[in-house]
Amino acid sequence: MIARLDIEGLAVRRGERLLFAGVSFGLAAGEAVALTGPNGAGKTSLLRAVAGFIRPAQGRVRFIGAAGELEPDEARRRACHLIGHQDGLETSRIGREELVFQTRRAGGRQAAALAAADRLELGRLLDLEVRMLSAGQRRRLALCRLIAAPRSLWLLDEPLAPLDAMSRALFGQVMDEHLRGGGLILAAVHDPLPIAARIVELGG
Amino acid sequence: MSAVGVLLRREMALAWGRGGGPLLAVGFFTAATTMLPLAVGPSPAHLAAVAGGVTWVALVLASLLSLERLFARDFEDGALDLIALGPLPLEAAAAVKCLAQWLAAGAPLALAAPLAAVALGARPAAGPMIAVAAALGGLAFAFVGGAGAALALSSRRGGVLIAVVVLPLLAPPVIFGGAAVGACEAGLAWGAAFALLAAYALAAVALAPFAMAAACRNALS
Repeated sequence: MIARLDIEGLAVRRGERLLFAGVSFGLAAGEAVALTGPNGAGKTSLLRAVAGFIRPAQGRVRFIGAAGELEPDEARRRACHLIGHQDGLETSRIGREELVFQTRRAGGRQAAALAAADRLELGRLLDLEVRMLSAGQRRRLALCRLIAAPRSLWLLDEPLAPLDAMSRALFGQVMDEHLRGGGLILAAVHDPLPIAARIVELGG
Repeated sequence: MSAVGVLLRREMALAWGRGGGPLLAVGFFTAATTMLPLAVGPSPAHLAAVAGGVTWVALVLASLLSLERLFARDFEDGALDLIALGPLPLEAAAAVKCLAQWLAAGAPLALAAPLAAVALGARPAAGPMIAVAAALGGLAFAFVGGAGAALALSSRRGGVLIAVVVLPLLAPPVIFGGAAVGACEAGLAWGAAFALLAAYALAAVALAPFAMAAACRNALS
């Protein structure tokens, strides 16, 4: 369980270019932060730095649990979900198989995965191969693992982009419940999130 | 343990599901070994002399076929992110992927190898030894090849890089395996070459996961 995320003086360099420097903010349980900024400002890179894929040029990311600071890699592996630009779904497999795999991989159970699919109104779409699904349907399938395998920190990269208005509202409720249950959300967005979120602007 | 099982089952389903792994590898292997008599002529003496060596060469090439997609597939569709953020360390996940690759391609090839060798004129009594050697060699091919496949992730012409990086590393198991099979064929002592093959395979299993995990991390960053 992550109770607090602290980003302290973070700087990320990609190749020769310094994307951003001196970014500091904190995120407490029950809080959401919307990362905004123009294309190329480094929103995705910041999320990937928090997820541990990119080593920051400066600064650090601290995960604080109920009993003090957590070992970062352990916290990422146990308590962190990342939804990236790509949904991580193997297109030649049946939706249900991929959903159950992703859920169990993140430590959830099969029954929870199917309940989550009901929640996001996937229904019979689960019986199709992933390549038959639209971008929005794939994203909903990917979002199911957030519900099915509870982890406290959600790192979301443009989570709403392919979704229609109804799915956005539905996922808004899901995010709201996550926050009320003591979760944390850090989302890179261009459109406003359907929940109350503090805005952190990159490259502004 | 269940995390290993979940990943292994998916990898196996992927390998079998698209008909790529076992059918492609065994099909290629069978084609390569049946082409030989057509190319060098049907003289049994000729064929029997090279049966072990040709089997072994066809084995390496067949094992390399589906390697390129081992990590590239998951890298492209974002699944490697999920695997990296899963409960298993990346080293273990990479080892599981190679093990699945071996189960899907190496093990069927190990069953096909003695058949091909005997068909080409090897002594039937050498069959079991050829199967075991092919299984061990396949383990080395899968893990060393996996390291090459992971290294190729961050480059554009990955396939070429795999061939350049991996082929030299596959020379030792080809030498030891070919020597063991040849010696067994000729009725000589084959223990030493076989032991070296086994040692190489075990070293690959022990070391390659670290190389694969480092290469994947590099590609993800």
